[in-house]
This record gives sequence, C-alpha cells and structure tokens, in this order.
Amino acid sequence: MNEAQPVVAIRGVSKTYNERGDNRVKALDDINLSISSGEFVSLLGPSGCGKSTLLRVIGDLTPPSAGSVQVNGKSAHQARLDRDYGMVFQQATLYDWRSVGKNVQLPLEVMAYPKAKQELRTRDMLRLVQLEEFSRHYPWQLSGGMQQRVAIARALAFEPAILLMDEPFGALDEMTRERMQMELLRIWSQTQTTVVFVTHSIPEAVFLSNRVVVMSARPGRIAGMINIDLPRPRAFETREDPRFFAKVTEVREVLRREETQVRS
Amino acid sequence: MSQPADLVPALEQELLELEEARRPSRFADRLGRYAPAIVLFVVALIAWETVVAAFNIQGFLLPRPSVIAQTFVAELSVIVPAGLFTLREALGGFVIGSLLGALAALATARWALVHEGMMPFAIAVNSTPIVALAPIMNNWFGITNPLAKMSIVAVIVFFPVMINMVRGLTQVDAGALELMRSYAASEISVLRRVRFPNALPYLFSALKVASTLSVIGAIVSEYFGGSREALGVYISQQAALFHFAEAWGAIIVACIMGIGFYLIILLVERVVMPWHVSVRSAVE
Repeated sequence: MNEAQPVVAIRGVSKTYNERGDNRVKALDDINLSISSGEFVSLLGPSGCGKSTLLRVIGDLTPPSAGSVQVNGKSAHQARLDRDYGMVFQQATLYDWRSVGKNVQLPLEVMAYPKAKQELRTRDMLRLVQLEEFSRHYPWQLSGGMQQRVAIARALAFEPAILLMDEPFGALDEMTRERMQMELLRIWSQTQTTVVFVTHSIPEAVFLSNRVVVMSARPGRIAGMINIDLPRPRAFETREDPRFFAKVTEVREVLRREETQVRS
Repeated sequence: MSQPADLVPALEQELLELEEARRPSRFADRLGRYAPAIVLFVVALIAWETVVAAFNIQGFLLPRPSVIAQTFVAELSVIVPAGLFTLREALGGFVIGSLLGALAALATARWALVHEGMMPFAIAVNSTPIVALAPIMNNWFGITNPLAKMSIVAVIVFFPVMINMVRGLTQVDAGALELMRSYAASEISVLRRVRFPNALPYLFSALKVASTLSVIGAIVSEYFGGSREALGVYISQQAALFHFAEAWGAIIVACIMGIGFYLIILLVERVVMPWHVSVRSAVE
C-alpha cells in the first residue's frame, strides 16, 4: 500500500439534501477516508447510511455540501473530466439499441479513441469477462449476470484509474452473485484497478475487500474500518475458512455496536 | 477455478440455441395468426352480398361487393392515376411535416425555454381539426395547387411527430445519462448516442399514426375542392352523381394506399431498429 499518495483522499465530506428546504436530510456527516492505489475497498452499511451518496460524491455525480474529495491530487470534478472513473450501477444500464460489443465500445467512442484501438480494446474486454462470442447479441438476449459482466467490461474499457461500483450484484440471485464475485476478483487481479464497492452484504464485503468501511445511518458516518487480511487469491474455499467467519463476525459486531448506540 | 468459469458462457450459448430450436416454423406461425382475420373478411363480404340481395337494398344506398368489384376493375384507369396524384400530396406533406416536427422537437428538447413556450400550443393544436383549414389553404396556394393539400397534411403530421419525439428525447433513463456524465461526454455526444436512439421508437410510433393521417388529410382536404385528377375530388363528384359503386371503388384505393403506407413505415422501423421490443419476436 502506498500511504504517501492516496488515489482517493476524502476530507471532512458532508452532504445534506434539500439544504434550503423544509425536509433537510443529512446523508453524510464529516467523512474522512483515504484509499490507496490498487486497493479494494467496500463501503458497507444498512440502506440509508449514505454509502451510495458517498460513492456518487467520489465520482462527482453529486456535489458535497462541505469538505473535499481529491483523486490523484486533483479535484473529483477534474478527475471526472479526465475520465478517471469507471462506473457500474446496480442496473447494468446497457443501451438497448447497441449490441454487446457496441455497448463496451461506447466509452471509447465518446472519448474518441482511434477506430482500431476501439475494436482491439472491445475485444480484449469481452475476452476478460468471457463474453467474446456474445459480441453481436443484444443486451436483452443475455441473462442478468451476463449483462452485469458487460457493464464491468464497459467500465474497464478505457482503463480508468478507479472503478466505482454501486451494489453491482444487488439484483442477482445468490448463485450468480457468488460466481460474479469470483469473476470480479479475477478481473481486479488482472487489471490492478483501485475499486470502491458499495454493498449491504457483509459476506460479500469481507470476501472481496482489502478493507471494509462500515457506515452507520442518519447521518451517514464511518462507524469503523476493518482490514481483511485473508490470503489471496481468494476462492470458493475462502468462504468456508474459519478466518473468513471471524472477519464476518467482526464486521457484524461493529454494525451491531452502532445500532445499539443509536437506539440508546 | 478457471475451468468452471470457462464452462459458463458455453452453457449459456447452448441454452440460447435450444430456445431458438424450440420455436415453431415462422410461416405456419404467421398463417395461424392471420387466419381468423381472413375468415372474418370473407364471411363479412358474403353476408354483405346476401343481405343486399335478400332485402333488395337499392344500389345507390349500398352497392353489392360484386358490383363494386366490377366497377373497380372498369374504372381502374381513372382511379389509379387519381390515387397516385393524391398519394403524392400525402407523401409530400408527410415528409415536410415529419421533418419539421422532428427538427422542432430537437430544438424543444435542447432549449428549455422553447419547450416551455411551445409545448402547450403544440398539445392544443394537436387536438384541433386541422382539415378545417383546407378552404383557407386552397385560398392561399390556389385550389389546384398540390401545395395547398401538402400544407394541410404537413400541419396534421407535424404535431404528433413533434410531441412524440420530444417525449423520446427527454424521457431517458437516468442511469443512461449518468453513465455519459461519468465519461464527461459532450451534449452533442449525449444527443447522438442516448437521446436520439431513445427517441426512435417514439418517432416511429408517431410516423405510423402520421402515415394514415396523411392519406386521410389529403383526401378530406380535396373534398373542399382540388384538381380534377385527385381521388378526393373523384369520390365527392361520383357521390354527387349517385355513382356510389365508383365512389366505393375509389375508397378501396384510398384504403389500400393508407394500409400500404403504414406497412412501409412498419418495414422501415424494423430495418432501422432491429433491437426494439416490437421487432424482437421476429429476430429471435
């Protein structure tokens, strides 16, 4: 881990929706977080804890009310303009009118890559997510898991510095979900991209991450950070490892401690 | 771990192919779907023929289908050129109206101010009977000038095309737009890659409505006077002379033109949007 120059540096970020209106909602309160290059960080918490908002603030899709986000020493806004972000949402958000290949190619077209490079990258990315033979299919011909793999390929096509994922496997069934987690780890180890991953599944966060950032709700704050030092590469067996259960328990304890504090 | 992951796409491919093989042959499928309509059509014709014969209904009230068919064939050399004359007016108006409608929609979707200003009027005008303007247009352009009818058709077509297209350009999935935002895409790029393709299904549903409206608009505006070669003029003149079999024959031509125009738009839609839901059953 490179402590000197974090990829993402979040300092004192707060976010209040409807700041001037009657129903003000404080979504984030004084968030401080540094993410190093190549790290896999999960933002974990109950719904309404502001984890998605934090991801959107990092990606400059929502402006913070206070505080700053620095990405590679630049503002989040500049980082977006420099195309440092690859985004994957809960819905695959593939364009119906584009074939699978053309969907992966979309960011490359927007960013005016040379034609030959576009085709090369598209082919490489489809190979990476193992959907080469589906290049000419339309999104509706694919299963949910396959669609989400296309979305990941599209997000990585332009080699962004950071991959921002907002509950990308939230809409998938449990079996597909576990398979996709394996896929994502394989892709992550091949591309060395920094990943910020939003989820409300404790085992998912523990299985994937170097570090789990546990958040609590109303207002969204960081309740604790847990380093996950389980050996890599992680595989099917990892989920049956006592050390995995110990980490899951540790995360759950932090969440429960927060909950009882809020109640009392 | 790579082996099971490799197997997955192969399996999925196999499933897709299986599904394809299970579909019944396309021709039999189609025939089965249209059979009820064909039977109903034939039954209706026979009923019409027998009712007119049985109750001895006078020819000027309701001619028998067989008489209409005979007259239709005899009058072909007049009705078909008349039909083509009117079709040209309908087509001209359709093209002008759709183009202007689509352009207005682009301007409306792009500038909020134009949108606020224009949409209430567009919606209001869309529900007024524009054919009523026909005498005025005849006065402006000259009664025999095809432009008089084209302008009526263009105005009729303009509003549904514009309103639908605006909907298609603005009702875009929020995620699709955020994705483009994360790429720092220019507004032109968003228009070209998201808004316009998103608007295509809306545009085509408007064009399908507009295709039949344009034939109706051309014929009805000819009732208010027009060139002697025009189908609408022919129908109103024959009807005035109690030549109802001739009028019915011309109506058949009008009917064929309207349906044909609609089918052509349908075909273009399938070619332009092979990805769309309405086309999926045919592509699968």
